[in-house]
Amino acid sequence: MKIAIASGKGGTGKTSLALALFMANQERCVLVDCDVEEPNCHLFLPWQRQPQIPVTRPIPQFIAENCQSCSQCVEACQFNALAQAGPQNILVFAELCHSCGGCFLACPHQAIQEVQTEIGTIEHLISTQGEECIMGTLGVGHSSAPSVIQTTLQHVPRKAQAFTLIDSPPGTACTFVAAVEKADFVLLVTEATPFGLHDLQLAIQALQDLKKDFAIIVNRMQKPDNIIQQFCTQHGHKLWLQIPESRQIAEAYSQGNHLLKAQPQYTQPLRNLLDRCAQQINPTGHHVSS
Amino acid sequence: MKIALTTQGSTLEALLDPRFGRCRFFILFDSETQLISVIENTQQLNATQGAGIQAAQHVIRAGAQALISGHCGPKAFRVLKAAGIPIYLSDAKPLTEVLQLFDQKALNELTSPDVEGHWV
Repeated sequence: MKIAIASGKGGTGKTSLALALFMANQERCVLVDCDVEEPNCHLFLPWQRQPQIPVTRPIPQFIAENCQSCSQCVEACQFNALAQAGPQNILVFAELCHSCGGCFLACPHQAIQEVQTEIGTIEHLISTQGEECIMGTLGVGHSSAPSVIQTTLQHVPRKAQAFTLIDSPPGTACTFVAAVEKADFVLLVTEATPFGLHDLQLAIQALQDLKKDFAIIVNRMQKPDNIIQQFCTQHGHKLWLQIPESRQIAEAYSQGNHLLKAQPQYTQPLRNLLDRCAQQINPTGHHVSS
Repeated sequence: MKIALTTQGSTLEALLDPRFGRCRFFILFDSETQLISVIENTQQLNATQGAGIQAAQHVIRAGAQALISGHCGPKAFRVLKAAGIPIYLSDAKPLTEVLQLFDQKALNELTSPDVEGHWV
C-alpha cells in the first residue's frame, strides 16, 4: 500500500511525519523521498549510500544535413524549445523541452534525433538496521521534477514492504500530482494557521479531482480546538492526529534527529495511524500484513 | 532594408514597446518603399515560457534585417544572432523618432543580452 505524506503549504512537517511514521513502522515500510528539489530524509538517519542511478530524459538534437527546412518540428513544439533561425538551422533550448517527443514525430526527414540527457539521480539508502529509503534528486539547473519523481517511484523494490511511504513535495502543482497520483491514501499535514488552512483547501481540492482518499494531520498544534479542527468538523474530513507544538521536537530536529528520538511515546500512535490508513484502503483487511 | 520594431500600437505614431518577447505588435518598416506592415505578436497560449524565442521567430519569418526594441534576453538574442539579425536598443519613443535616430546611426547595437532570462 502506498501512502503519500503531502501538504499544500511548505514547512508544515511532511518530512518530520514521514520519517517518524517510517521509524515507528520500520519493519513493514519502505520510505521514498519524492521531494526531489530538496530531498532531506537522508539527513536524519545513518544511511549507507549506494551508487547513484542516473535519471535521464530525451532531448532533441538537430542534424543539419538531414534538414529540409520545413519547420514542422518548430510548429509541433508547444513549449517554444525549438526555433528556426534560417535554412537548415534549428536551435534547441533544452531547458524549455518537456521531452514530449512531438518534434521527433513531426520531422519527416530524421533531422531530429533523441539524445538521453541526465536530469537527476536516484539513490538507494540502506540503514544499519536494514531499513530502506529511495531518494530522488533533481539535478541543479533542471526543472523537470515530475520526471524524476515518477522514475523514483518506479525504483521502489518489487518485493517491497507492506507499506510504501512517499514523502511528497510541497504545494499542489505537478510535482505534488506526480508524487500522490499512484498513492492509495494521502496524509495531509498542515498547521493551524490561516495559511495552513488555505493551502490545505487547495490540496484537498486537488486530491478530490484525483479521486484520492485522505486524512488530515495537524502539526505544531497549540490548542485542540483550532481552525483546522473546525474546518474538518464542518466538512466531514478525517482529522486523525494533532501533534502538539513542542520545543523538544524542534530541538531534536535542529540536531538532525527525528521526532521519535525526542518523543518516543509517539511510536504507538504512529503505528495505529498506519493501521488506520490500511483499514481505510482495504476495510476487509485481507491483504494487510503487519 | 526591412526593420522590425516592437510597438504598443499599430502606426508609426505609436510608442516603441520596450519589451521584446511580450510586446503587443511588431511593425515592419521597409526603408526603400516606406511601407509598413503590422504583425501581431501572437503567442501560443499554453506556453508559459519561451515568449522571447517565439517573438524572435516572428521577426525572422517577417524577413526583418534589423530589430529595434527596448531589451533583449539571452534566448531571443541567441535566435536572432543565429539568424544574423542585428538588435538595436531604444527608449519608448514614437516610432518615427526612433527611425530617425536609426538613420542617424544614433542607436546602439546590442552585442550581448541586456536582461536576464525569465526561466532557469
